[in-house]
Amino acid sequence: MKIVFLLFLLMQFSANATTFTVCKTCKINSIKKAVSLAEDGDKIIVKKGVYKEFNIQVSKAIQIIGEDYPILDGQNKSESIFAIKADNFSIEGFKFRNVGISYTKEIAAIFVSGSTNFTLSNNQLEDVFYGFIVQDCKYGLLQNNTVVGHAIKESNSGNGFHLWKCKHIRIEHNTVSGMRDGIYLEFVNKSSISHNTSFDNVRYGLHFMFSNNNEYHHNEFKANGAGVAVMFSKFIKMHHNTFHFNWGPASYGLLLKEIYDAEIVDNVFEQNTIGINIDGCNRINYKNNHFIRNGWALKFIGGCYTNVFEFNNFQHNAFDLSYNSRLNDNRFEANYWSEYSGYDLDKNGIGDVPHRPVKLFSYIVNQTPQTLVLLRSLFVDIINFSEKVSPVFTPDNLLDTKPLMKPINSIVE
Amino acid sequence: MLKILKYSIYDLLRSRWSYVYFIFYLMLSFSLFFLNNDIDKAIITLMNVIVVLTPLIGTIFGVMYYYSSKEFTELLLAQPIKRSKIFMGQYIGISLSLTLSLVLGIGIPFVIYGLFKSAAVFDFTLLLVVGAFLNFIFVALAYNIALSINNKIKGFGYAILMWLTFAVIYDAVFMGLLIHYNDYPLDQFTLIATMLNPIDLSRILILLKLDASALLGYTGAFLQSFYGTSMGLIVSLSALSMWIVLPILRMRSKLKKKDF
Repeated sequence: MKIVFLLFLLMQFSANATTFTVCKTCKINSIKKAVSLAEDGDKIIVKKGVYKEFNIQVSKAIQIIGEDYPILDGQNKSESIFAIKADNFSIEGFKFRNVGISYTKEIAAIFVSGSTNFTLSNNQLEDVFYGFIVQDCKYGLLQNNTVVGHAIKESNSGNGFHLWKCKHIRIEHNTVSGMRDGIYLEFVNKSSISHNTSFDNVRYGLHFMFSNNNEYHHNEFKANGAGVAVMFSKFIKMHHNTFHFNWGPASYGLLLKEIYDAEIVDNVFEQNTIGINIDGCNRINYKNNHFIRNGWALKFIGGCYTNVFEFNNFQHNAFDLSYNSRLNDNRFEANYWSEYSGYDLDKNGIGDVPHRPVKLFSYIVNQTPQTLVLLRSLFVDIINFSEKVSPVFTPDNLLDTKPLMKPINSIVE
Repeated sequence: MLKILKYSIYDLLRSRWSYVYFIFYLMLSFSLFFLNNDIDKAIITLMNVIVVLTPLIGTIFGVMYYYSSKEFTELLLAQPIKRSKIFMGQYIGISLSLTLSLVLGIGIPFVIYGLFKSAAVFDFTLLLVVGAFLNFIFVALAYNIALSINNKIKGFGYAILMWLTFAVIYDAVFMGLLIHYNDYPLDQFTLIATMLNPIDLSRILILLKLDASALLGYTGAFLQSFYGTSMGLIVSLSALSMWIVLPILRMRSKLKKKDF
């Protein structure tokens, strides 16, 4: 496929491309005008200045480039600034601001639909309803964009990146904050999301729905209303992400709901209320993850089968594991647990006594959340100890038979 | 009264126990700050120790001091001094010397590690205030028990039982009630139940200050909405004060009637 696009590009270069320059004092003083004059393969360069334009319809394969970040002001009108339906186009180097709120339409700084092969890069968006809406598209690249919002409520705010029914999209090196969802994907397949930073969003830092075969890695999700949610998706790879400081009554680092056959590797979960909330997920491999100082490192809800936890670090979490049933079909092996109190007589780095990660108190809290007020009281320590000696309430086959004595390699950046 | 207070403090300082107590706290907090660089974590561990140990030591010290200085107290009673002054002097003397050991024992490492500039100062101060309160509360309770029971062994037994009640049994009953009445709204009940036990109250006050509040999730939300405000802090500190005032009042009325 890629070769086809390269050929496409070559064809464009070989054609006689015209360059239009837009500035306040030029002959062409609005982007709309330039777009109407341009043909396929042309280039529009926009000079510095404030352009109060909205609803710029693009249906041609053109490059629109901003020099020194010209400002596109939507004047809080209920229209998208760019509405694009074209193949092989790119928009880069603009500053978008003031896209109005609409309760009936989806409007964004850049609204792309039914397009193939496009690039949206180096744009700065501020106070926009939706940042980018991309729907029904293929082979797009969104990179180095910054979206800053000041959302307070979920009901009247939009998402930073909103993708619907897309394929082969790459979202890379973007920063998004203060929106409803930082990045939202629904029916998006075979895409990759990497090196993004998503923080202080009202709802989720990243939100996946019905999106299969995706990969996301090297992202940072910080202090979002409810962390990252991955729901109803298959074959997802998540690695080298950082989830931290997602604190609050409903916050978790990562929420997994109905996820099958995923790989969760080399992630860091630090200081979240719940590290990973696992709800009805099967056949997931958790490897080399670091769970540091979370309220709950892992919280299981609903039936979760044949998940494997290997070589993870569980350090100083209030609860390492919360489990909802007495049946266990998940495998915990060779993890490091800072709570482990066993010994290693043969000095092979593996504890000689199995470790039971579920405490009685976490079981009780699961049944009756109010009892959490007794956290760290002497009585709780006593009952935890007695349960550890002879498990009655917690699943007796839920144990790590080869607990590591030392934490696995320290956090890799 | 001041003279008696002074005498009690000197007396306690001469006996080695307050030094042992002081050195224990000193070593504990030194090793904690030395072993982990994370101040929050160190404060939580310190809290675990303070919330359990301070009441226990306060109780034992109170009872022990009363019984061992009984003869001297009787001698004092023969002098033209008001009864309440003698006992208040002793009570404040013990509580103050225990608090001094606590504050110095934990405070010195804190200062040496240069943590005064860190953001943890407020949490740390709260920890010390709560520790001091617990000392005063449990010495007062211990004195009440000692005054009511002449038999030394019995007195010790009751004192330990009293500590056990607040530290463990109360929580067990509390948890039992919470589990049993799971289906009912328990917010108000939880709030009041934590107020009624000085140990629980101290624990929650500190836990809520140390970020762990968010961990409490929904349960924590209403606790935070109460204890997290300055109003909540005032109410809970006055609840702790009531735990000092009420035993002292009982002590005084007991003293009026007691036949030595």
